Amino acid sequence: MDQNHAYTAYHPRWLRPHVSTYWWLEKPAYLAFILREGSCMFVAWFTVYLLLLLRAIQQGQAAYEAFLAWSAGPVVVLVNIVSFAFLIFHAITFFQAAPQAMVVHVGHRRLPARVLLAAHYAAWAAASIVVFWLLTGA
Amino acid sequence: MGDRITLQVARYRPEQESEATYDEFEVPCPKDWVVLDGLNHVKDRLDGTLAYRWSCSMGICGSCGMTVNGEPKLTCATFLSEYAPGPVRVEPLRNFPVIRDLIVDIGDFMRKLVRVKPWIVRQVEKPLSAGEYLQTPDELEEYKQFSMCINCMLCYAACPIYGLDPKFIGPAVIALAQRYNLDNRDQGAAARMEVLSEHEGIWGCTFVGECTKVCPKHVDPAGAIQRYKLSAAVDSMKSFFLPRGA
Repeated sequence: MDQNHAYTAYHPRWLRPHVSTYWWLEKPAYLAFILREGSCMFVAWFTVYLLLLLRAIQQGQAAYEAFLAWSAGPVVVLVNIVSFAFLIFHAITFFQAAPQAMVVHVGHRRLPARVLLAAHYAAWAAASIVVFWLLTGA
Repeated sequence: MGDRITLQVARYRPEQESEATYDEFEVPCPKDWVVLDGLNHVKDRLDGTLAYRWSCSMGICGSCGMTVNGEPKLTCATFLSEYAPGPVRVEPLRNFPVIRDLIVDIGDFMRKLVRVKPWIVRQVEKPLSAGEYLQTPDELEEYKQFSMCINCMLCYAACPIYGLDPKFIGPAVIALAQRYNLDNRDQGAAARMEVLSEHEGIWGCTFVGECTKVCPKHVDPAGAIQRYKLSAAVDSMKSFFLPRGA
């Protein structure tokens, strides 16, 4: 069959409904997808924030204290709270998706999704404990 | 109440109208009637001009896929009573051009399907005298889930990427390519990768995941695509770090 049909009596007009620009508002699942995609912007923001922190530390005491003062400003605090919420959302949805992409065999058995999920959360918890230990020196 | 339900059926008669319209029909709603039974009642008793596809009415042929109250469904496996007291809106599958009423053109899917060679590809055929290609239950298990696809195209109707970019090769085609790649008798993975590594192949997918949710056969096309991406990425890393082969 030809890909570019001519409209003739034997090939009448097809109806081609177009996809709305706001298709992502049609279903909660589509909206969740767009938010998940958008959350990468906040991941990028935290990376930039970390680099700014490292630069301030490298520049010395005064720069570091200026950075802390800037960070305590209401705008930066608000941005960081929103970013943190999106980061949690990003991590959880990423973990949910992981077992679909990862197929791990132990012997002849395929590991069930909940085992992979549990392993991801365990790794997250372990990493958080290490960071907490580094920060508090406890 | 309870024994009848209203169907709002999308109509498109290209010789008369340039937009879809809706006709309402009141049909019986016994608890064992599916949406397809309602449409058959309309066709037999109320309006013989209604056009739609169906064949097996048991979830195998994959031809009665339609949009029921906004969701892609096999109409032979969707009970009318689930939507009581109604109304039930029946529309053609989304993301495909409509030919008439509830019938869509599936040519795009069929052309894409053959591109990935959905059959067992052998470099060298064994002679007949060597017997069958034997397979263990574990080897069967590797691809069995993906072999359950009935080409009903509900996943295409659910996929916003396909709706926005019809060049995207789509969920079912990639799942079926995986079905043969994971079959230990097959040797066609490299040929399929040529088609699927195109921009409109696996990388077109942004993992919305709706294809897997609507699949009536639990094929998990989204999983197939992400696994494909993972193996494609590992392959390209290998060829980068080990250019002469491992």
